[in-house]
Amino acid sequence: MEPVLTSHVGEPRGATLDAYVGRGGYAGLRKALGLAPAQVIDLVKASGLRGRGGAGFPTGMKWQFVPKDSPRPKYLCCNADESEPGTFKDHVLMERNPHLLFEGCLIGCYAIGAKVAYIYIRGEFFHVQRVLEAEIDAARAQGYLGKNIFGSGFDCEIYVHRGAGAYEAGEESALLESLEGKRAQPRLRPPFPAVVGLYGCPTAINNVETLCNVPLIVTNGPEWFASLGPEKNGGPKLYCISGHVEKPGVYETSMHVTIRELIDKYGGGIRGGRTLKAVIPGGSSTPVILPDQIDAQASFDGLVKAGSMLGSAAIIVMDDTTCMVWLAENLMHFYRHESCGKCTPCREGTDWLLKILRRIERGEGTMRDIDLLADVASNIGGKTLCPFGDAAVAPLLSTIQHFRAEYEAHVREGRCTCPADWRAMRTEATGP
Amino acid sequence: MSFHPEMRYESGMHMSQRELRPDGDPFAFTPANRDRLEQIATHYPPEHRRSAVIPALYIVQEQQGYVSAPAIRHVAEVVGCTPAEVDDVVTYYAMFFRQPVGKYVVQVCRTLSCALRGAERVTAEISKTLGIGVGETDPTGTFTLMEMECLGACDRAPVVMVNNEHWHECQAPEDAERLLESLKASGEAALTGCHLARAEKAEGG
Repeated sequence: MEPVLTSHVGEPRGATLDAYVGRGGYAGLRKALGLAPAQVIDLVKASGLRGRGGAGFPTGMKWQFVPKDSPRPKYLCCNADESEPGTFKDHVLMERNPHLLFEGCLIGCYAIGAKVAYIYIRGEFFHVQRVLEAEIDAARAQGYLGKNIFGSGFDCEIYVHRGAGAYEAGEESALLESLEGKRAQPRLRPPFPAVVGLYGCPTAINNVETLCNVPLIVTNGPEWFASLGPEKNGGPKLYCISGHVEKPGVYETSMHVTIRELIDKYGGGIRGGRTLKAVIPGGSSTPVILPDQIDAQASFDGLVKAGSMLGSAAIIVMDDTTCMVWLAENLMHFYRHESCGKCTPCREGTDWLLKILRRIERGEGTMRDIDLLADVASNIGGKTLCPFGDAAVAPLLSTIQHFRAEYEAHVREGRCTCPADWRAMRTEATGP
Repeated sequence: MSFHPEMRYESGMHMSQRELRPDGDPFAFTPANRDRLEQIATHYPPEHRRSAVIPALYIVQEQQGYVSAPAIRHVAEVVGCTPAEVDDVVTYYAMFFRQPVGKYVVQVCRTLSCALRGAERVTAEISKTLGIGVGETDPTGTFTLMEMECLGACDRAPVVMVNNEHWHECQAPEDAERLLESLKASGEAALTGCHLARAEKAEGG
């Protein structure tokens, strides 16, 4: 498939307003402003656009849940807190095609009746914030946002809000808390943010890539969008490929593609001609899949069939030198650090799991520890306010399920059993 | 403090924990910084000025390098909330420093994609060269070494961020010493920045 979201990201100055307008930009906004807000929502619903942030929830439905008759102001929040390990797609869109995102935000605001959109960007993307703010000023100067856009009477402002380093801020209700100047901790639902969101007002929260698809749907029609991918998985999709591949990067294609094609054709194959051991297909919060499953379609539904999830389409590839106990320990360190501390199972459980994993990885574990991992994990998953708990245990449980022999070998031999050349990449060369 | 007497938290503090820190020097925003903050505060409804807490803390850090107790009280006054509410934010987010830090805070990504490409050794090399551990500042006050969780540049692993802002990508362990030397010699100009932005510069944009 020819890229449509990232078609001009390699061009010098391709991010500027002039370049964007030159290639037909803001035509979607112009068209949308000529329709009724409900018609815009119908277009997005008809396209079948699903949220690109991880859950894959239909965007049109999300917008429809925002009450039309509420007397309170409404808000649109763009979730640009791209923090899922392995994900770096929104970064490209924001830095190289910012006006596409603005156009998506403006159309979204018009559809739900909001006058302000906040782009919540993660703290580490300081350089992206500078690009976004410069381009927002350029767009405002030319009348693409601000008061009375295109003489339609529609007023809309976009502001960038920079976070300060918290994975949990990517969870929608925690994002709202953070935007309100508090700790990024999730809220109890219901009420859902669509009804009681930012400052207690109706709020729609959408991922960057999701909003970038909206102008294309309005311009080219929902049929065009749906026809790009398999049924219920329409539209272009960005994939982030990292880990042990020759050419890591962001690649755009349709969801007809398989994990195998993404690794071999786009990612250039496994580094150094080695063989594949496992793939995390949708960011670190999704279960690992094995080499015999990589012919699965890399779509929302295809990966569920394979026992995993598309998530944020962050494909992390591991070759045969990777120690799966070490991998679980590395990710558990991440989740322990990022657990917001609100729910006890997750706050305490991730710390316990990390301790047990460290013990096994150092060769000091017992066979009972392996079952203990699964036991503790089963008391975290599904027992927290937000999906963080499930995310924290998914990679751990799937490595125990598929690579239990490796855990047992660690216990039996009292050391890390992965090949010596891989151990050399690490600091603590455990064992002889 | 862990709630389980036999399972104490290991290194560092959990986000849910508080500490009392010694008072630093008195703090107030410079007039220019105060104006910047007021400009940012216009982004939010007047009754929700508290949203400007994170931007205010970034400005504090720009002005004096770290967030001290007087700075927390000043931010609370300016933004219109309690010092405890500001403290709550400072202690939660990874990018706010609660003690003085070196001129260059070297932040190495340690999460999976970077670790698969040798990030652990990058940290070890930097640590060896500077003679300091993770979370420590060298005696001259030039460098602080930190480990960060996923910075979101996994295709350019391993990634090193400097001072919360400047990225340095594809950092092989062997290059660590050179990175530190060039930082000392030419400051932040030594950093490669984001590859995307650099591509544009190279293309003469």
